Amino acid sequence: MPVMTPLAITAYTATTALGCGREAQLDALRHARSGLRPNDFGNRALPCWIGRVDGVEDSALATGHAAWDCRNNRLAWLGLRQDGFLDRVRIARERYGADRMALILGTSTASIGATEEAYRRLDAAGEFAHDPRHPEVHAPHSLAAFVAAALSLEGPCMTISTACSSSAKVFASAERMLRLGLIDAAVVGGVDTLCDSVLFGFNALELISTAPCRPFDATRNGISIGEAAGFALLERLAAAPEAPRLLGYGEASDAHHMSTPHPQGLGAELALRDALTRAGLAAEQVDYINLHGTASLKNDEVEAALIERTFPAATRVSSTKGYTGHTLGAAGIVEATIALLAIEHGFIPGNLGGSTPDPVCGPQFAWRNELQRVDVALSNSFGFGGNNACLVFARAGFSA
Amino acid sequence: MSALRVCVEGVGLWSPRLGNFAALQALLCGATPPPPAARPAAATLPPNERRRAPESVLLAIEVAGQAVAMSGRDAATLACVFASSHGDQATTDYMCRTLAQAPTELSPTRFHNSVHNAPAGYWTIATGCHAPSTAVAAQHASFGAGLLEAVTLALSDQRPVLLVCSDTAGSGPLRKVTGCTQSFGCALLLSPTPGEATLTQLALTLTPLHAATPLPEPLASWSDTNASAAALPLLALLATGHGCCELGAAATLGLHIALENIA
Repeated sequence: MPVMTPLAITAYTATTALGCGREAQLDALRHARSGLRPNDFGNRALPCWIGRVDGVEDSALATGHAAWDCRNNRLAWLGLRQDGFLDRVRIARERYGADRMALILGTSTASIGATEEAYRRLDAAGEFAHDPRHPEVHAPHSLAAFVAAALSLEGPCMTISTACSSSAKVFASAERMLRLGLIDAAVVGGVDTLCDSVLFGFNALELISTAPCRPFDATRNGISIGEAAGFALLERLAAAPEAPRLLGYGEASDAHHMSTPHPQGLGAELALRDALTRAGLAAEQVDYINLHGTASLKNDEVEAALIERTFPAATRVSSTKGYTGHTLGAAGIVEATIALLAIEHGFIPGNLGGSTPDPVCGPQFAWRNELQRVDVALSNSFGFGGNNACLVFARAGFSA
Repeated sequence: MSALRVCVEGVGLWSPRLGNFAALQALLCGATPPPPAARPAAATLPPNERRRAPESVLLAIEVAGQAVAMSGRDAATLACVFASSHGDQATTDYMCRTLAQAPTELSPTRFHNSVHNAPAGYWTIATGCHAPSTAVAAQHASFGAGLLEAVTLALSDQRPVLLVCSDTAGSGPLRKVTGCTQSFGCALLLSPTPGEATLTQLALTLTPLHAATPLPEPLASWSDTNASAAALPLLALLATGHGCCELGAAATLGLHIALENIA
């Protein structure tokens, strides 16, 4: 596998329970302020904590996009309006042409919340009540189709939906299209929103904690579900030599179980090795890893063991799901954003919620915030179906 | 952009009227092939998984198994791309119905089967495949977008890739909304380089979308009842062995595909 030609990340943004945009993420992380709150979503039936984004309901879509209206697309629109992202996309579109830009977004929920709502108010004949929205709102591609319209993009447009690795894998698909010359730039990212499907679904699997999630804590007992939107703009290095870089990525399958990770983390390790190989890096060169760290018993045990057997103590690692909750299909882009913030600000976020560290955790864990230069940062994302992805980011000018 | 070239080594197909690619070839020659059994056999799955798996998984695995068998390749080593416009509509219908009535009674198994990558999960588990796997959607362009994803993966990493595109018929009130009333699935085994199993080579170029190539009778209306059947213009070319077609790859983007016979 030859070393990948790095790509420039010329814009990036995230909106989570910590707030809208990069500053809000950074400020909450610096002050160790979690965005989790007691469940106040929908019928509030489940006693759990959630990472809810304030203001989604008030984020009306632009005129002309009413037919795409739903909570997930509202969160997408809220997220797109942060950090000057819309302007950066417009400039790229004017430079390259709308048909030379791909849009690849990850989501696990898409706008299933709108379909749930339609089922709560079926008409007398048992059919959907009258609805002025596109029927496409009730399909997995709703998010990407709406964002393509909102950004006026006309190139390749695809939804990736591999559960919790969805919006990490978007970077890989975009890199391949850029490498083959199909496009000159790509908007990647993902959006997932709170809905009954995921709250009651993970509840049925007995994976939800009644307390705020505690990743890698010895007493952890499940996840807290969150919602988020995040986006990044990828271009060739020559377009922005001073921008942070995507250095590599890895993808692999567990081939083990639909909802439980491989006991030795085989797929996760293959994805990690693939990512380091593409980036041309040795494990010792990695400064920070944002872990998948969901606070489920199994994930954290397997992931901590993988870190302990692969990285030296100088590599710092943490899960930030104690801040945002597990944002599922959006976790990849949210945690890519945190990895990029770590590089930009020389800041390693502590592993919030790990007050009594699980003994499986090695010396690599940053239990509290640390200040140090970060040249190379990784992000792990693992999903149901044994779907694993790992991303490698680096500071501008870094060469392996 | 110069054309992307990949070789086709295997084709899988299943619908209530056509049980495999040979049946499509026969149909296009004017024959009336016998319809397959009501449920896709999905012989790649172990028997207990086959009993438990939803129909969407059986359909995807049936066509995947056909394409891999035709190529003679080892499924365990193949990267795979599973495309579907609507995912498992029966499971979505079940989930939304249960959530509206008795949310705490939701079945954990049906919840994990509701992820869009359920077929990819079942397939990689059944074949012991640790290669990259993905699950994509692009509304009516799901086949074209999935093909583009599979071809770019095959060419950029120089590895064979299995592409599957399938949708089952809708259930409950959702059926009217998706307009999906027939099951249809297909699969292609794509290789970056020609080999002994090569059937033909595809040359693909992106183009502004004009209109998808019309289908010959009796297939003409099939894509009205299933978004995955948008693959049929290409499958018909593969069946007859020559020509070119255009498929949707996104809302305004087309994929022009020409068959090139290689000596």
